[in-house]
Amino acid sequence: MTEYLFILIGTILTNNFVLVKFLGLCPFISVSTRFETAMGMGLATTFVLTLSAVLSYLTDEYLLVPLQLEFLRTMTFILVIAVVVQFTEMVVHKTSPILYQALGIFLPLIATNCIVLGVALLNVQEQHNFMESAIYGFGAAVGFWLVLVLFAAVRERVALADVPLVFKGAPITLITAGIMSMAFMGFAGLIKV
Amino acid sequence: MLLTIGMLGILSLIFGLLLGYTSVRFKVEGNPIIEQINSHLPQMQCGKCSYIGCHPYAEAIANNEVAINQCLPGGESTMLALARFLDREPIPLEAPEEVVPTKLLAIIDETACIGCTKCIQACPVDAILGAPKWMHTVIAQECTGCELCVIVCPVDCIKMAPVPATLSRWKWPHPSQI
Amino acid sequence: MRLWQFHGGIHLTGHKDLSNHTGIIPAKLPKFLILPLLQHIGEPTEPIVRVGDKVLKGQIIAHCFGSDCSLMISAPIHASSSGTVVAIDARPVPHPSALSAPGIVIETDGEDRWTELTAIPDYTRLPAAQVREHIAQAGIVGLGGAGFPSHVKLRSKDIDTLIINGAECEPYITCDDRLMREYPQEIIEGAEILKHTLGGAQHCIIAVEDNKPEAYQALVAAAQGRVEVIKIPTLYPTGGERQLIQILTNKEVGRFQIPASIGIVVHNIETTRAVYRAVTAGRPLISRVVTVTGTGVEKPQNFEVLLGTPMREVIDQCGRKPNLETLIMGGGMMGLALPSDDLPIIKTTNCLIVGQVGELPPPPPPLPCIRCGACAQVCPINLLPQQLYWYCAAKEFKKAQAHSLFECIDCGCCAYVCPSHLDLVGYYRYAKAEIRAAAAERKAADQARQRHEFRLMRLVREKQEKAARHQKSKSNPDLTTF
Repeated sequence: MTEYLFILIGTILTNNFVLVKFLGLCPFISVSTRFETAMGMGLATTFVLTLSAVLSYLTDEYLLVPLQLEFLRTMTFILVIAVVVQFTEMVVHKTSPILYQALGIFLPLIATNCIVLGVALLNVQEQHNFMESAIYGFGAAVGFWLVLVLFAAVRERVALADVPLVFKGAPITLITAGIMSMAFMGFAGLIKV
Repeated sequence: MLLTIGMLGILSLIFGLLLGYTSVRFKVEGNPIIEQINSHLPQMQCGKCSYIGCHPYAEAIANNEVAINQCLPGGESTMLALARFLDREPIPLEAPEEVVPTKLLAIIDETACIGCTKCIQACPVDAILGAPKWMHTVIAQECTGCELCVIVCPVDCIKMAPVPATLSRWKWPHPSQI
Repeated sequence: MRLWQFHGGIHLTGHKDLSNHTGIIPAKLPKFLILPLLQHIGEPTEPIVRVGDKVLKGQIIAHCFGSDCSLMISAPIHASSSGTVVAIDARPVPHPSALSAPGIVIETDGEDRWTELTAIPDYTRLPAAQVREHIAQAGIVGLGGAGFPSHVKLRSKDIDTLIINGAECEPYITCDDRLMREYPQEIIEGAEILKHTLGGAQHCIIAVEDNKPEAYQALVAAAQGRVEVIKIPTLYPTGGERQLIQILTNKEVGRFQIPASIGIVVHNIETTRAVYRAVTAGRPLISRVVTVTGTGVEKPQNFEVLLGTPMREVIDQCGRKPNLETLIMGGGMMGLALPSDDLPIIKTTNCLIVGQVGELPPPPPPLPCIRCGACAQVCPINLLPQQLYWYCAAKEFKKAQAHSLFECIDCGCCAYVCPSHLDLVGYYRYAKAEIRAAAAERKAADQARQRHEFRLMRLVREKQEKAARHQKSKSNPDLTTF
């Protein structure tokens, strides 16, 4: 049980995929202008990531390994991820049209979010079992969600502030991201994963 | 080699069937955001956006056929509200010289009115009261100031006048304007 | 009695000794009285006299909608003196907008003849509703400055505490101070009447700030244990309704609640005295005490002024100094700057501050907010004024509302302590006005949409009916030949 907890805390805080491993930076910068959109993106990514981590594990364990087709891993995983993303897109379109509008192109682009493929491949590399894979995927997604929402909240405030002209726009965003990253580095040593 | 192709083919077939089922199961009927776009429009039904009313314009926005800066009566605030709601880039309004549109009210010069009912038919919100050959008048509370009645009047007896300033309609100005 | 504290607040220089040393004297009868139809919060009154009518002092000249005060939030307006109605039209009113609003102008005849008054000296024998109706007919509204019709507040049920607000925390104002010193008996009696009207509230507290010891002594002497007179520490804005309730009872009035929902009603000192006069002498609200103060006048003074008297005439009676520049209606903190003194004194005019040129220099130009947080420390409602400022300035009204913008009472503590001289209250007022206007616009738009949809529906129906008729006449040729 504690193992699972360690994986969870490890992926959310100490080895946060965005701020420590620097994966998934594109949505982190581009979908963080509004708090509500960030929440939606976080939710969608959590769904996709958990599901694709589980499905990738199952495909690998019961299809690729028995058939000795491990060299097809990346390809198969991308197929799985693309399907999950498509599925999510349809569900979101039906259930929350506004979120669908707001997420726009970023919803299909979850497929190219490096975290998603990263988690699937890391699960194999770390030889996680079924439960561990699921929790690893879920934790990575929650970590992504957490920093995305925090960052969006910060950016909403920064947008209202008097920022010196040279720092307006992208520069202050990157500086903020850097400071947040340093803050998350502070979690290192909380537990050893 | 065959195994590889076969495995990928079967896997793709299963996923394809799954997605096909989902697309039927979660079919989106109509465009649910139209009503919400419509609720951001001023409902003057003036047609200045080149659509015949606010709802058709909302439909056009939802289908990405038209920019969000076409509503002149709504002015900048409506455009910004739409931009925010739809998460699109704000676009400056095109024509108007005035940034904040003043609300207008149609006034019928009752002595000149010949009772032709043309304005009654033109009014999109039924705010003109009258009968054939009897003089007409505007229900000031319901008038949206769309100006559609002005053009149709054969004797030019309808004028647009700004809504008079009253205490209840007065707003505190922005501190930088004091 | 144990007292509590509210968050924040500031200590101010009172400037009260300018005007609180001399007694209240009646102001002179003016030639013309201008009585706006809206002198309170709520719906405007409707005139019931016509131009040319002779009116007597105390006669109702404008009544609530349908002459029934219980229909809407409103209170009737009475002729302040006898004379002739010479005009009913739009006149400039004391309002920051400098707009005009409809009012009744009376040319006084100098006789000051009263109409017949009905007093109810044995009010204890009458049911509360009847006394309340009497108070409503007397046109009494909150005289502390807000002007909420008093009879509406008295309608509340299950009240256990009546608070009479004698805090008068705003700088410069001394009208309540003088009233408490000179008419303590009337105030105590008035409180008893209010208590009866509220269905016998168990507690009745009169709260007086400790910078008015004479007023406190006078009230204690007059009360003789009938009501509790409490001395409270001087701190601005103690006189705010919610702040006073917190000090006295440690209860906080909820966000969308009114004090009555926690069993408390607060009335002002002068309102209480007006109730006393209305009930025991039948005298409606035709005059009020106004503090005329500031260094722009020779002799600052409290006047009993007939409602509708032009401000200019009252200022003249104090000895107007040359080079007057500023005129503020209300106190030094929340008062409104008026564009001219050619405006009538109305029910909510409690104080006029007259300033000379250069006496009150314009505030220095605002500097950028440095996020020092001084405003948050003094906010009596525990809001985040600085965050509200950012949202209001960026027109992020939704977020400002989420930060409880509408809880703000415009007390001005935040702007007072702001080292960057930001007009914080100005931003809040602006945002509140914009939000209210947007809501009204939305409502109007919704109505227009409904009417438009109904019209479209009607057109379709008419078309169908026409087609049906056509069909009928085709299949039934006999009918058409008829």
